[in-house]
Amino acid sequence: MAQNEIIRITHLDKQYETDAGPVPVLRDITLTIQAGEFVAIMGPSGSGKSTFMNIVGCIDLATRGTYVLDGSDVSTLDKDQLARLRNKTIGFVFQGFNLLPRATLEENVSLPLIYAGVAKAERSKRALELLDRVGLAGYGNSLPSQISGGQQQRVAIARALINQPRLILADEPTGNLDSKTSHGIMRLFTQLNHDEGMTIVLVTHERDIAAYAKRLVKFVDGRVTHDGAVEVRFMEEIPS
Amino acid sequence: MIGAMLSEAWHAMGANRLRSFLTMLGMMIGVAAVIMMLAIGRGAQFVVDQSIASMGSNLFIILSGTATSGGLRLGTGAVPTLTINDADAIAELPSVAAVAPALPGTAQLVYGSNNWSTLVVGTTPSALSIRDWNIAAGYAFTGADVRAATRVVLLGQTVVRNLFGNENPLGKTIRIKQSPFIVIGVLAVKGQSLDGRDQDDSAMIPVTTAQRKLFGSQFPGTVRFIMAQAISARAMPTAEKEMTELLRQRHHLPERAESDFDIRNLTALANAAAQTTRVMSLMLGAIASVSLLVGGIGIMNIMLVSVTERTREIGIRIAIGARERDIRLQFLLEAIIISLIGCVVGVFSGVGAAILVNLVASTAVVITMSSVILAFAVAASVGIFFGFYPANKAARLKPIEALRYQ
Repeated sequence: MAQNEIIRITHLDKQYETDAGPVPVLRDITLTIQAGEFVAIMGPSGSGKSTFMNIVGCIDLATRGTYVLDGSDVSTLDKDQLARLRNKTIGFVFQGFNLLPRATLEENVSLPLIYAGVAKAERSKRALELLDRVGLAGYGNSLPSQISGGQQQRVAIARALINQPRLILADEPTGNLDSKTSHGIMRLFTQLNHDEGMTIVLVTHERDIAAYAKRLVKFVDGRVTHDGAVEVRFMEEIPS
Repeated sequence: MIGAMLSEAWHAMGANRLRSFLTMLGMMIGVAAVIMMLAIGRGAQFVVDQSIASMGSNLFIILSGTATSGGLRLGTGAVPTLTINDADAIAELPSVAAVAPALPGTAQLVYGSNNWSTLVVGTTPSALSIRDWNIAAGYAFTGADVRAATRVVLLGQTVVRNLFGNENPLGKTIRIKQSPFIVIGVLAVKGQSLDGRDQDDSAMIPVTTAQRKLFGSQFPGTVRFIMAQAISARAMPTAEKEMTELLRQRHHLPERAESDFDIRNLTALANAAAQTTRVMSLMLGAIASVSLLVGGIGIMNIMLVSVTERTREIGIRIAIGARERDIRLQFLLEAIIISLIGCVVGVFSGVGAAILVNLVASTAVVITMSSVILAFAVAASVGIFFGFYPANKAARLKPIEALRYQ
């Protein structure tokens, strides 16, 4: 295994069991992502890209095939070890932000640290640092309902970053945002990838959002149909 | 970590104050009911135990028996068949520790301008030891007084209060049915008997004095009943058998004839009464426990609603690294906080209500530390028990399903 390989997926299948029998969602996915990559995943609705993200994020399990995350085969891990991966190795950013509405921004950002067993003073210090970094200094005591959608997504990114993960997974992070705000969020991701070498995997519908990434993976009907470098010129030619 | 979770649990409860309060109320009422019922039950038990202790232990009462006169059967005690000599003979039995004959009657007691009607019992000094009754002031009369039929009297506290007020009764002369008697002693406070009679409203005189000078009847030498104390609780059946044989022999009763006396085992009666009270207080406690159970189910109900409402939140927490045990602990802590606060408030209101019952209804209540701790411990475990199922349900949620929940 290469030193800087973070995701290795081989012959991965995912089926959902329904009354009418198993429905395949992902078929024979084989994909490797190196540390420091910035990957955009595109595909029509129902192509399985969200399911793929959930499996990569260890909140869902594959039916068949192997998924090696940061050197460990996920299918061999127990629930607590999976929780530890979600907590320390992965930072998840959702389309709907998924902040706790009753908790302040500082509490929201520091939540993963509670499960990592970090003391209160340290939690608070790191949460405020990260809020500062995503451009929300001084908002620590606000509630999610008091800030805009773009700001909420920044809080969610701060929360994803707080345990210094190796991998950021963003499932349509700009799906609920207007274009201007979306580009602000994407600049933040680019910065994280460029300045800190953070590995980012991002699902999106929009080509101009995917254009921020360096590599593009296309899903159609549960299969990878395209995997290659992103070139702005090239982007125009790919039907989405 | 636990500190952070406690504060989160506290905030979660604060987010739905009315609901948390109502849930606590269920627990509170349960605990208060248990404590109050235990207090009342123990109070009743205390009263009964006290009466039993005041009666004396291993006690028999031998009553004069029935008589049949021209086909008409008269009730127990209709014919006085027991005598002081019977009592003396019983005292010789090896299984009997002490015997005292008794000839009671109601008489008017007069001192100066005060008068008071009370129960005057003619008996012997051993009555005091049998009844476990002490002399508060002065002296008891002696066997010599009984032999000489002297006019001396021991007064109960109620009689003293009514005749003498604050005056010292010792050495004073009172008149009973016009005869002068010297007060030589005051009996200690005895309290209520099992049937609720004031035992302090009585006086004791030598039995011979009662026979000859106060309650002289057409059957000289007889007494109304004899108190006998067995040497031990185990000796009671033997004592009863020996006394029956002895009295039948002394009364020259043929083999087939009915006994003309009736031996009653008072201790057995008293124990039955104590048993009844114990069952009653147990039942009160059991009924109150049902409300505790209902309170516990209330907690489970609310926690289940809370878990359903917060499914998405649980999904988020799992997605960012919460383990099953973290989620379980979080919801368990909420249930525990609710039940503990309910318990604490319940303990105070239960104790308060018991005291109120004591003041308003003047019913005896006994609040023991053990019953408070018991109620608290049971309630707390009920909260944890009923909190566990919802907490487990939350912990077992699948993250993708929980995140998809709207």
